[in-house]
Amino acid sequence: MNGSLPLIWRKFGERYDLDGNFCETCKTAYFPARAVCQKCRRKGKLVAQKMPKTGTIISFTELSAGPAGFEHEVPYFIAIIELENKARLLSQIVDSEKEKIKIGTKVEKVFRKISDIDPEGPIAYGYKFKVVD
Amino acid sequence: MAGIIGYGVYVPKNRITVEEIARVWKKDGKAISKGLNVKEKAVAAYDEDACTMAVEAARRAVSQAGIEGKQLGAIYVGSESHPYAVKPTASIVADAIGASPELTAADLEFACKAGTAGMQMCMALVDSPVPEWLEYGMSIGTDTAQGRPNDALEFTAASGGAAYIMGKKKEEILANILDTYSYTTDTPDFWRRQHAEFPRHAGRFTGEPAYFKHVIGAAKGMMERVKMQAKDFDYAVFHQPNGKFPIKVAKMLDFSMEQIEQGLTTPFIGNTYSGSMMIGLASILDKAKKGDKILAVSYGSGAGSDAFVIETTENIEKKRHKKSVFEMFEEKEYIDYAEYAKCRKKLKSM
Repeated sequence: MNGSLPLIWRKFGERYDLDGNFCETCKTAYFPARAVCQKCRRKGKLVAQKMPKTGTIISFTELSAGPAGFEHEVPYFIAIIELENKARLLSQIVDSEKEKIKIGTKVEKVFRKISDIDPEGPIAYGYKFKVVD
Repeated sequence: MAGIIGYGVYVPKNRITVEEIARVWKKDGKAISKGLNVKEKAVAAYDEDACTMAVEAARRAVSQAGIEGKQLGAIYVGSESHPYAVKPTASIVADAIGASPELTAADLEFACKAGTAGMQMCMALVDSPVPEWLEYGMSIGTDTAQGRPNDALEFTAASGGAAYIMGKKKEEILANILDTYSYTTDTPDFWRRQHAEFPRHAGRFTGEPAYFKHVIGAAKGMMERVKMQAKDFDYAVFHQPNGKFPIKVAKMLDFSMEQIEQGLTTPFIGNTYSGSMMIGLASILDKAKKGDKILAVSYGSGAGSDAFVIETTENIEKKRHKKSVFEMFEEKEYIDYAEYAKCRKKLKSM
Protein backbone atom coordinates (compact mmCIF):
# COMPACT_ATOMS: atom_id res chain seq x y z
CA MET A 1 0.00 0.00 0.00
CA ASN A 2 1.35 3.40 -0.96
CA GLY A 3 1.07 6.34 1.41
CA SER A 4 0.15 6.83 5.03
CA LEU A 5 -2.04 4.09 6.50
CA PRO A 6 -4.18 6.45 8.67
CA LEU A 7 -4.69 8.72 5.65
CA ILE A 8 -5.89 5.81 3.53
CA TRP A 9 -8.07 4.49 6.38
CA ARG A 10 -9.84 7.86 6.55
CA LYS A 11 -10.73 7.45 2.89
CA PHE A 12 -12.37 4.02 3.20
CA GLY A 13 -15.87 5.51 2.91
CA GLU A 14 -14.85 7.39 -0.21
CA ARG A 15 -12.99 4.49 -1.77
CA TYR A 16 -15.32 1.64 -0.79
CA ASP A 17 -18.70 3.21 -1.38
CA LEU A 18 -18.23 6.62 -3.02
CA ASP A 19 -19.07 8.68 0.07
CA GLY A 20 -19.21 12.31 -0.99
CA ASN A 21 -21.37 15.26 -0.06
CA PHE A 22 -24.11 17.50 -1.45
CA CYS A 23 -24.85 21.19 -1.10
CA GLU A 24 -28.52 21.59 -0.26
CA THR A 25 -28.34 25.29 -1.15
CA CYS A 26 -27.19 25.01 -4.78
CA LYS A 27 -27.93 21.26 -5.25
CA THR A 28 -24.35 20.41 -6.25
CA ALA A 29 -22.85 16.98 -5.49
CA TYR A 30 -19.17 16.76 -4.57
CA PHE A 31 -16.83 13.83 -4.80
CA PRO A 32 -14.58 13.64 -2.90
CA ALA A 33 -16.49 15.46 -0.17
CA ARG A 34 -15.62 19.14 0.20
CA ALA A 35 -15.35 21.11 3.43
CA VAL A 36 -16.99 24.15 1.79
CA CYS A 37 -19.30 24.45 -1.25
CA GLN A 38 -17.22 26.12 -3.94
CA LYS A 39 -20.27 27.94 -5.31
CA CYS A 40 -22.13 29.00 -2.16
CA ARG A 41 -19.16 29.36 0.18
CA ARG A 42 -20.41 30.15 3.70
CA LYS A 43 -24.06 30.14 2.54
CA GLY A 44 -23.80 26.50 1.44
CA LYS A 45 -25.19 23.62 3.50
CA LEU A 46 -23.22 20.46 2.89
CA VAL A 47 -24.64 17.06 3.86
CA ALA A 48 -23.06 13.62 3.47
CA GLN A 49 -24.26 11.70 0.41
CA LYS A 50 -23.31 8.47 -1.32
CA MET A 51 -22.63 8.94 -5.01
CA PRO A 52 -24.53 6.99 -7.70
CA LYS A 53 -22.86 3.75 -8.78
CA THR A 54 -23.18 4.42 -12.52
CA GLY A 55 -21.99 7.19 -14.81
CA THR A 56 -20.72 8.11 -18.26
CA ILE A 57 -17.20 8.39 -19.65
CA ILE A 58 -16.31 12.06 -20.28
CA SER A 59 -12.71 11.47 -21.29
CA PHE A 60 -10.29 8.57 -21.22
CA THR A 61 -6.73 7.55 -21.95
CA GLU A 62 -4.75 4.33 -22.18
CA LEU A 63 -1.70 4.15 -19.96
CA SER A 64 1.33 2.23 -21.15
CA ALA A 65 3.60 3.35 -18.29
CA GLY A 66 1.95 3.07 -14.91
CA PRO A 67 3.08 4.56 -11.61
CA ALA A 68 4.75 2.47 -8.89
CA GLY A 69 2.50 -0.43 -7.96
CA PHE A 70 0.72 -0.50 -11.31
CA GLU A 71 3.65 -1.63 -13.50
CA HIS A 72 2.17 -5.10 -13.97
CA GLU A 73 -1.28 -3.83 -14.92
CA VAL A 74 -0.26 -1.82 -18.00
CA PRO A 75 -1.64 -1.23 -20.51
CA TYR A 76 -4.82 -0.07 -18.78
CA PHE A 77 -7.42 2.64 -19.17
CA ILE A 78 -8.28 5.50 -16.85
CA ALA A 79 -11.26 7.76 -17.42
CA ILE A 80 -12.98 10.86 -16.12
CA ILE A 81 -16.48 9.68 -15.30
CA GLU A 82 -19.52 11.86 -14.79
CA LEU A 83 -21.84 10.19 -12.31
CA GLU A 84 -25.59 10.47 -12.64
CA ASN A 85 -25.64 13.39 -10.17
CA LYS A 86 -23.04 15.27 -12.28
CA ALA A 87 -20.16 14.70 -9.83
CA ARG A 88 -16.99 13.70 -11.67
CA LEU A 89 -14.20 11.37 -10.67
CA LEU A 90 -11.12 9.72 -12.13
CA SER A 91 -11.05 5.94 -12.17
CA GLN A 92 -9.36 2.94 -13.69
CA ILE A 93 -11.55 1.07 -16.19
CA VAL A 94 -11.42 -2.73 -15.88
CA ASP A 95 -13.07 -5.81 -17.42
CA SER A 96 -14.07 -3.89 -20.53
CA GLU A 97 -13.38 -4.45 -24.21
CA LYS A 98 -11.04 -1.83 -25.59
CA GLU A 99 -13.44 -0.98 -28.44
CA LYS A 100 -16.25 -0.19 -25.99
CA ILE A 101 -14.28 2.37 -23.96
CA LYS A 102 -15.48 5.58 -25.61
CA ILE A 103 -16.74 9.04 -24.64
CA GLY A 104 -20.38 8.66 -23.68
CA THR A 105 -20.14 4.97 -22.72
CA LYS A 106 -22.10 4.01 -19.60
CA VAL A 107 -20.00 2.54 -16.78
CA GLU A 108 -20.68 1.04 -13.36
CA LYS A 109 -18.67 0.85 -10.15
CA VAL A 110 -16.89 -2.36 -9.15
CA PHE A 111 -14.89 -3.20 -6.01
CA ARG A 112 -11.25 -4.06 -6.68
CA LYS A 113 -7.80 -4.06 -5.18
CA ILE A 114 -6.13 -0.70 -5.77
CA SER A 115 -2.73 -1.45 -4.31
CA ASP A 116 -1.14 -4.66 -3.07
CA ILE A 117 2.57 -4.19 -3.50
CA ASP A 118 3.92 -5.38 -0.16
CA PRO A 119 3.15 -9.08 0.48
CA GLU A 120 3.34 -8.46 4.22
CA GLY A 121 1.62 -5.07 4.17
CA PRO A 122 -2.03 -3.98 4.11
CA ILE A 123 -4.08 -4.22 0.93
CA ALA A 124 -5.82 -1.09 -0.37
CA TYR A 125 -9.28 -1.75 -1.81
CA GLY A 126 -11.52 0.68 -3.61
CA TYR A 127 -13.58 1.58 -6.63
CA LYS A 128 -12.86 1.00 -10.28
CA PHE A 129 -15.40 1.12 -13.09
CA LYS A 130 -16.37 -1.20 -15.93
CA VAL A 131 -18.38 -0.72 -19.09
CA VAL A 132 -22.05 -1.69 -18.72
CA ASP A 133 -22.83 -4.32 -21.38
CA MET B 1 -38.41 -19.51 10.75
CA ALA B 2 -35.36 -18.25 8.84
CA GLY B 3 -35.27 -18.30 5.07
CA ILE B 4 -33.35 -16.85 2.16
CA ILE B 5 -34.41 -13.28 1.35
CA GLY B 6 -31.68 -12.58 -1.20
CA TYR B 7 -28.71 -14.17 -2.93
CA GLY B 8 -25.95 -12.89 -5.16
CA VAL B 9 -23.24 -14.48 -7.28
CA TYR B 10 -19.98 -13.15 -8.63
CA VAL B 11 -17.85 -14.93 -11.20
CA PRO B 12 -14.78 -13.17 -12.64
CA LYS B 13 -14.58 -12.58 -16.36
CA ASN B 14 -11.37 -14.42 -17.21
CA ARG B 15 -11.52 -18.03 -18.35
CA ILE B 16 -8.79 -20.54 -19.03
CA THR B 17 -9.60 -23.82 -20.72
CA VAL B 18 -8.51 -27.19 -19.36
CA GLU B 19 -6.86 -27.80 -22.73
CA GLU B 20 -4.74 -24.64 -22.38
CA ILE B 21 -3.46 -25.74 -18.96
CA ALA B 22 -2.78 -29.25 -20.33
CA ARG B 23 -0.87 -27.76 -23.31
CA VAL B 24 1.71 -26.20 -20.95
CA TRP B 25 2.29 -29.46 -19.09
CA LYS B 26 2.22 -31.65 -22.23
CA LYS B 27 -0.84 -33.57 -21.15
CA ASP B 28 -3.89 -34.74 -23.09
CA GLY B 29 -6.24 -31.80 -22.49
CA LYS B 30 -9.19 -33.31 -24.34
CA ALA B 31 -9.05 -36.49 -22.28
CA ILE B 32 -8.61 -34.59 -19.00
CA SER B 33 -11.46 -32.20 -19.83
CA LYS B 34 -13.74 -35.13 -20.67
CA GLY B 35 -12.64 -37.13 -17.63
CA LEU B 36 -13.28 -34.24 -15.24
CA ASN B 37 -16.33 -32.96 -17.16
CA VAL B 38 -14.87 -29.46 -16.91
CA LYS B 39 -14.37 -27.35 -20.03
CA GLU B 40 -12.90 -24.20 -18.50
CA LYS B 41 -12.45 -22.37 -15.21
CA ALA B 42 -12.99 -18.79 -14.04
CA VAL B 43 -9.86 -16.90 -13.02
CA ALA B 44 -9.82 -13.81 -10.80
CA ALA B 45 -8.17 -10.80 -12.43
CA TYR B 46 -4.85 -9.38 -11.22
CA ASP B 47 -6.69 -6.89 -8.98
CA GLU B 48 -9.31 -9.32 -7.63
CA ASP B 49 -9.22 -11.59 -4.60
CA ALA B 50 -11.66 -13.51 -2.39
CA CYS B 51 -12.59 -10.22 -0.69
CA THR B 52 -13.41 -8.20 -3.83
CA MET B 53 -15.54 -11.09 -5.11
CA ALA B 54 -17.29 -11.34 -1.73
CA VAL B 55 -18.18 -7.64 -1.91
CA GLU B 56 -19.59 -7.98 -5.44
CA ALA B 57 -21.68 -11.04 -4.50
CA ALA B 58 -22.83 -9.31 -1.29
CA ARG B 59 -23.94 -6.19 -3.17
CA ARG B 60 -26.06 -8.27 -5.52
CA ALA B 61 -27.61 -10.16 -2.59
CA VAL B 62 -28.42 -6.94 -0.70
CA SER B 63 -29.97 -5.45 -3.83
CA GLN B 64 -32.19 -8.48 -4.38
CA ALA B 65 -33.15 -8.67 -0.70
CA GLY B 66 -34.40 -5.09 -0.89
CA ILE B 67 -32.70 -4.10 2.36
CA GLU B 68 -29.91 -1.69 3.19
CA GLY B 69 -26.48 -2.92 4.20
CA LYS B 70 -26.83 -1.37 7.65
CA GLN B 71 -29.77 -3.69 8.40
CA LEU B 72 -27.47 -6.71 8.40
CA GLY B 73 -26.69 -7.87 11.94
CA ALA B 74 -24.19 -10.56 10.95
CA ILE B 75 -21.74 -11.19 8.13
CA TYR B 76 -19.72 -14.38 7.84
CA VAL B 77 -17.25 -14.98 5.03
CA GLY B 78 -16.24 -18.57 4.34
CA SER B 79 -13.08 -19.06 2.30
CA GLU B 80 -9.80 -20.91 2.17
CA SER B 81 -8.17 -17.99 0.34
CA HIS B 82 -8.83 -15.07 2.68
CA PRO B 83 -6.40 -12.31 1.62
CA TYR B 84 -5.12 -11.96 5.19
CA ALA B 85 -4.15 -14.75 7.61
CA VAL B 86 -5.00 -12.29 10.39
CA LYS B 87 -7.49 -9.49 9.65
CA PRO B 88 -11.00 -10.37 8.66
CA THR B 89 -12.38 -10.27 5.14
CA ALA B 90 -15.80 -9.89 6.76
CA SER B 91 -15.04 -6.44 8.21
CA ILE B 92 -13.93 -5.18 4.77
CA VAL B 93 -17.13 -6.55 3.21
CA ALA B 94 -19.20 -4.98 5.98
CA ASP B 95 -17.64 -1.56 5.41
CA ALA B 96 -17.91 -1.82 1.63
CA ILE B 97 -21.65 -2.55 1.68
CA GLY B 98 -22.45 -0.05 4.43
CA ALA B 99 -23.18 -2.63 7.13
CA SER B 100 -20.71 -1.26 9.71
CA PRO B 101 -20.56 -0.79 12.63
CA GLU B 102 -23.56 -2.47 14.32
CA LEU B 103 -23.02 -6.10 13.41
CA THR B 104 -21.14 -9.23 14.32
CA ALA B 105 -18.68 -10.43 11.69
CA ALA B 106 -16.12 -13.20 11.30
CA ASP B 107 -14.18 -15.18 8.75
CA LEU B 108 -14.77 -18.91 8.56
CA GLU B 109 -12.66 -21.71 7.12
CA PHE B 110 -13.72 -25.29 6.44
CA ALA B 111 -12.14 -25.95 3.04
CA CYS B 112 -15.01 -25.75 0.53
CA LYS B 113 -17.94 -25.61 2.95
CA ALA B 114 -17.31 -22.66 5.26
CA GLY B 115 -19.93 -20.58 3.42
CA THR B 116 -22.69 -23.08 4.15
CA ALA B 117 -21.57 -23.31 7.80
CA GLY B 118 -22.07 -19.54 7.81
CA MET B 119 -25.59 -19.99 6.39
CA GLN B 120 -26.42 -22.26 9.33
CA MET B 121 -25.02 -19.71 11.77
CA CYS B 122 -27.08 -16.92 10.18
CA MET B 123 -30.23 -19.08 10.31
CA ALA B 124 -29.67 -19.70 14.03
CA LEU B 125 -28.96 -16.03 14.80
CA VAL B 126 -31.99 -14.82 12.86
CA ASP B 127 -34.25 -17.36 14.58
CA SER B 128 -32.78 -16.87 18.05
CA PRO B 129 -34.63 -14.58 20.48
CA VAL B 130 -31.24 -13.15 21.47
CA PRO B 131 -30.00 -10.79 20.14
CA GLU B 132 -33.44 -9.37 19.49
CA TRP B 133 -32.15 -6.57 17.25
CA LEU B 134 -30.56 -8.96 14.74
CA GLU B 135 -32.99 -9.26 11.84
CA TYR B 136 -30.77 -10.28 8.95
CA GLY B 137 -27.55 -12.24 8.53
CA MET B 138 -25.43 -12.80 5.44
CA SER B 139 -23.08 -15.65 4.68
CA ILE B 140 -20.65 -15.59 1.77
CA GLY B 141 -18.66 -18.42 0.23
CA THR B 142 -15.78 -17.04 -1.86
CA ASP B 143 -12.47 -18.36 -3.13
CA THR B 144 -9.63 -17.74 -5.48
CA ALA B 145 -8.81 -21.41 -5.27
CA GLN B 146 -5.14 -22.27 -5.38
CA GLY B 147 -3.85 -25.08 -7.54
CA ARG B 148 -0.17 -25.94 -7.58
CA PRO B 149 1.21 -25.71 -11.14
CA ASN B 150 1.11 -29.13 -12.83
CA ASP B 151 -1.05 -30.60 -10.06
CA ALA B 152 -4.34 -32.33 -10.87
CA LEU B 153 -6.20 -29.59 -8.98
CA GLU B 154 -4.89 -26.90 -11.32
CA PHE B 155 -7.38 -27.99 -13.99
CA THR B 156 -10.36 -27.17 -11.78
CA ALA B 157 -9.32 -24.73 -8.98
CA ALA B 158 -11.30 -21.62 -9.92
CA SER B 159 -12.48 -18.26 -8.61
CA GLY B 160 -15.97 -17.11 -7.66
CA GLY B 161 -18.35 -16.51 -4.82
CA ALA B 162 -21.93 -16.37 -3.66
CA ALA B 163 -23.75 -14.58 -0.84
CA TYR B 164 -26.99 -15.54 0.92
CA ILE B 165 -29.02 -13.31 3.22
CA MET B 166 -31.22 -14.90 5.85
CA GLY B 167 -34.26 -13.21 7.30
CA LYS B 168 -37.49 -14.28 8.95
CA LYS B 169 -40.15 -11.94 7.56
CA LYS B 170 -42.54 -14.07 5.52
CA GLU B 171 -43.14 -11.33 2.98
CA GLU B 172 -39.40 -11.12 2.23
CA ILE B 173 -38.44 -14.80 2.12
CA LEU B 174 -37.94 -16.19 -1.38
CA ALA B 175 -37.03 -19.67 -0.16
CA ASN B 176 -37.71 -21.25 3.22
CA ILE B 177 -35.05 -23.47 4.73
CA LEU B 178 -37.15 -26.30 6.11
CA ASP B 179 -34.26 -28.06 7.84
CA THR B 180 -30.51 -28.47 7.89
CA TYR B 181 -28.23 -31.33 8.88
CA SER B 182 -24.47 -31.81 8.96
CA TYR B 183 -22.08 -34.76 8.81
CA THR B 184 -18.52 -34.20 10.02
CA THR B 185 -15.47 -36.41 10.66
CA ASP B 186 -11.70 -35.96 10.89
CA THR B 187 -10.62 -37.00 7.40
CA PRO B 188 -7.22 -35.85 6.08
CA ASP B 189 -8.07 -35.69 2.37
CA PHE B 190 -6.88 -32.15 1.58
CA TRP B 191 -5.05 -29.51 3.58
CA ARG B 192 -2.87 -26.43 3.46
CA ARG B 193 -0.50 -25.77 6.33
CA GLN B 194 0.11 -22.33 7.77
CA HIS B 195 2.39 -20.30 5.40
CA ALA B 196 2.14 -22.95 2.67
CA GLU B 197 1.17 -21.45 -0.66
CA PHE B 198 -0.65 -24.38 -2.18
CA PRO B 199 -2.83 -27.09 -0.68
CA ARG B 200 -1.91 -30.76 -0.81
CA HIS B 201 -4.29 -33.63 -1.27
CA ALA B 202 -4.37 -37.36 -0.83
CA GLY B 203 -5.05 -38.30 -4.48
CA ARG B 204 -7.62 -41.06 -4.84
CA PHE B 205 -8.30 -40.94 -1.11
CA THR B 206 -10.26 -37.72 -1.76
CA GLY B 207 -13.07 -39.72 -3.41
CA GLU B 208 -14.76 -42.56 -1.50
CA PRO B 209 -13.78 -41.92 2.16
CA ALA B 210 -13.95 -38.16 1.79
CA TYR B 211 -16.35 -36.59 -0.76
CA PHE B 212 -18.76 -39.48 -1.29
CA LYS B 213 -18.93 -40.61 2.35
CA HIS B 214 -19.75 -37.13 3.66
CA VAL B 215 -22.06 -35.94 0.88
CA ILE B 216 -24.02 -39.19 1.03
CA GLY B 217 -23.98 -39.18 4.84
CA ALA B 218 -25.38 -35.66 4.97
CA ALA B 219 -27.90 -36.17 2.13
CA LYS B 220 -29.26 -39.42 3.57
CA GLY B 221 -29.32 -38.07 7.13
CA MET B 222 -31.17 -34.99 5.93
CA MET B 223 -33.73 -36.90 3.88
CA GLU B 224 -34.41 -39.32 6.75
CA ARG B 225 -35.08 -36.43 9.12
CA VAL B 226 -37.57 -34.71 6.86
CA LYS B 227 -38.99 -38.07 5.70
CA MET B 228 -38.38 -37.34 2.03
CA GLN B 229 -36.90 -39.34 -0.82
CA ALA B 230 -34.99 -38.24 -3.91
CA LYS B 231 -38.16 -38.30 -6.02
CA ASP B 232 -39.79 -35.75 -3.67
CA PHE B 233 -37.35 -33.03 -4.75
CA ASP B 234 -37.58 -30.85 -7.85
CA TYR B 235 -33.88 -30.03 -7.75
CA ALA B 236 -30.70 -31.16 -6.01
CA VAL B 237 -27.26 -29.59 -5.87
CA PHE B 238 -24.07 -31.06 -4.48
CA HIS B 239 -20.57 -29.68 -4.01
CA GLN B 240 -18.73 -29.88 -7.30
CA PRO B 241 -14.97 -30.46 -7.07
CA ASN B 242 -15.24 -31.42 -10.75
CA GLY B 243 -18.11 -32.09 -13.12
CA LYS B 244 -18.00 -35.84 -12.54
CA PHE B 245 -18.38 -36.33 -8.77
CA PRO B 246 -21.76 -34.54 -8.39
CA ILE B 247 -23.26 -36.60 -11.22
CA LYS B 248 -21.95 -39.83 -9.66
CA VAL B 249 -23.17 -38.92 -6.16
CA ALA B 250 -26.58 -37.94 -7.57
CA LYS B 251 -26.92 -41.38 -9.17
CA MET B 252 -25.89 -43.06 -5.92
CA LEU B 253 -28.63 -41.12 -4.13
CA ASP B 254 -31.26 -41.88 -6.87
CA PHE B 255 -31.43 -38.33 -8.23
CA SER B 256 -31.86 -37.94 -11.98
CA MET B 257 -29.81 -35.77 -14.33
CA GLU B 258 -32.87 -33.50 -14.76
CA GLN B 259 -32.89 -32.78 -11.02
CA ILE B 260 -29.21 -31.73 -10.87
CA GLU B 261 -28.59 -30.17 -14.31
CA GLN B 262 -29.64 -26.60 -13.38
CA GLY B 263 -27.25 -26.52 -10.43
CA LEU B 264 -24.32 -28.12 -12.22
CA THR B 265 -22.01 -25.15 -12.75
CA THR B 266 -18.47 -26.53 -12.37
CA PRO B 267 -18.27 -27.76 -16.01
CA PHE B 268 -18.50 -24.09 -17.09
CA ILE B 269 -16.51 -22.20 -14.43
CA GLY B 270 -14.50 -24.85 -12.55
CA ASN B 271 -14.55 -25.53 -8.83
CA THR B 272 -14.98 -22.27 -6.94
CA TYR B 273 -14.40 -24.10 -3.64
CA SER B 274 -16.41 -22.22 -0.96
CA GLY B 275 -18.56 -20.79 -3.74
CA SER B 276 -19.20 -24.10 -5.52
CA MET B 277 -22.47 -25.47 -4.10
CA MET B 278 -23.68 -21.95 -3.25
CA ILE B 279 -23.36 -20.83 -6.91
CA GLY B 280 -25.11 -24.03 -8.06
CA LEU B 281 -27.96 -23.37 -5.62
CA ALA B 282 -28.24 -19.78 -6.91
CA SER B 283 -28.60 -21.10 -10.45
CA ILE B 284 -31.45 -23.34 -9.27
CA LEU B 285 -33.14 -20.43 -7.48
CA ASP B 286 -32.86 -18.45 -10.75
CA LYS B 287 -35.17 -20.97 -12.37
CA ALA B 288 -37.24 -22.44 -9.53
CA LYS B 289 -40.95 -21.74 -9.26
CA LYS B 290 -43.09 -21.33 -6.17
CA GLY B 291 -43.23 -24.48 -4.06
CA ASP B 292 -40.20 -26.20 -5.62
CA LYS B 293 -38.23 -28.33 -3.21
CA ILE B 294 -34.43 -28.38 -3.34
CA LEU B 295 -31.84 -30.57 -1.61
CA ALA B 296 -28.51 -28.74 -1.30
CA VAL B 297 -25.39 -30.47 0.06
CA SER B 298 -21.99 -28.85 0.42
CA TYR B 299 -18.69 -30.58 1.09
CA GLY B 300 -15.53 -29.33 2.73
CA SER B 301 -12.36 -31.36 2.99
CA GLY B 302 -11.15 -32.24 6.41
CA ALA B 303 -14.10 -33.20 6.23
CA GLY B 304 -17.79 -32.45 6.41
CA SER B 305 -21.03 -31.74 4.58
CA ASP B 306 -23.93 -29.40 5.33
CA ALA B 307 -27.31 -30.36 3.89
CA PHE B 308 -30.33 -28.09 3.47
CA VAL B 309 -33.93 -28.77 2.46
CA ILE B 310 -35.24 -25.65 0.77
CA GLU B 311 -38.71 -24.77 -0.49
CA THR B 312 -39.26 -21.70 -2.64
CA THR B 313 -42.08 -19.25 -1.91
CA GLU B 314 -44.31 -17.04 -4.08
CA ASN B 315 -41.71 -14.24 -3.66
CA ILE B 316 -39.21 -16.07 -5.88
CA GLU B 317 -40.88 -14.79 -9.06
CA LYS B 318 -41.01 -11.18 -7.81
CA LYS B 319 -37.38 -11.14 -6.75
CA ARG B 320 -35.73 -12.62 -9.86
CA HIS B 321 -32.29 -11.25 -10.74
CA LYS B 322 -32.13 -9.42 -14.07
CA LYS B 323 -29.20 -11.61 -15.04
CA SER B 324 -29.17 -15.32 -14.25
CA VAL B 325 -26.09 -17.21 -13.06
CA PHE B 326 -25.76 -18.95 -16.43
CA GLU B 327 -26.05 -15.60 -18.25
CA MET B 328 -23.24 -14.28 -16.04
CA PHE B 329 -21.08 -17.22 -17.14
CA GLU B 330 -21.36 -15.99 -20.72
CA GLU B 331 -19.61 -12.71 -19.86
CA LYS B 332 -16.14 -14.07 -20.36
CA GLU B 333 -12.77 -13.52 -21.94
CA TYR B 334 -10.31 -16.31 -22.60
CA ILE B 335 -6.74 -15.96 -21.34
CA ASP B 336 -3.69 -18.10 -21.98
CA TYR B 337 -1.54 -19.78 -19.33
CA ALA B 338 0.92 -16.88 -19.18
CA GLU B 339 -1.86 -14.38 -18.40
CA TYR B 340 -3.32 -16.85 -15.89
CA ALA B 341 0.06 -17.20 -14.16
CA LYS B 342 0.25 -13.40 -13.90
CA CYS B 343 -3.32 -13.00 -12.62
CA ARG B 344 -2.90 -15.64 -9.92
CA LYS B 345 0.60 -14.42 -8.96
CA LYS B 346 2.28 -17.68 -9.87
CA LEU B 347 5.33 -15.83 -11.20
CA LYS B 348 7.64 -15.52 -8.23
CA SER B 349 9.96 -12.83 -9.58
CA MET B 350 7.12 -10.29 -9.94
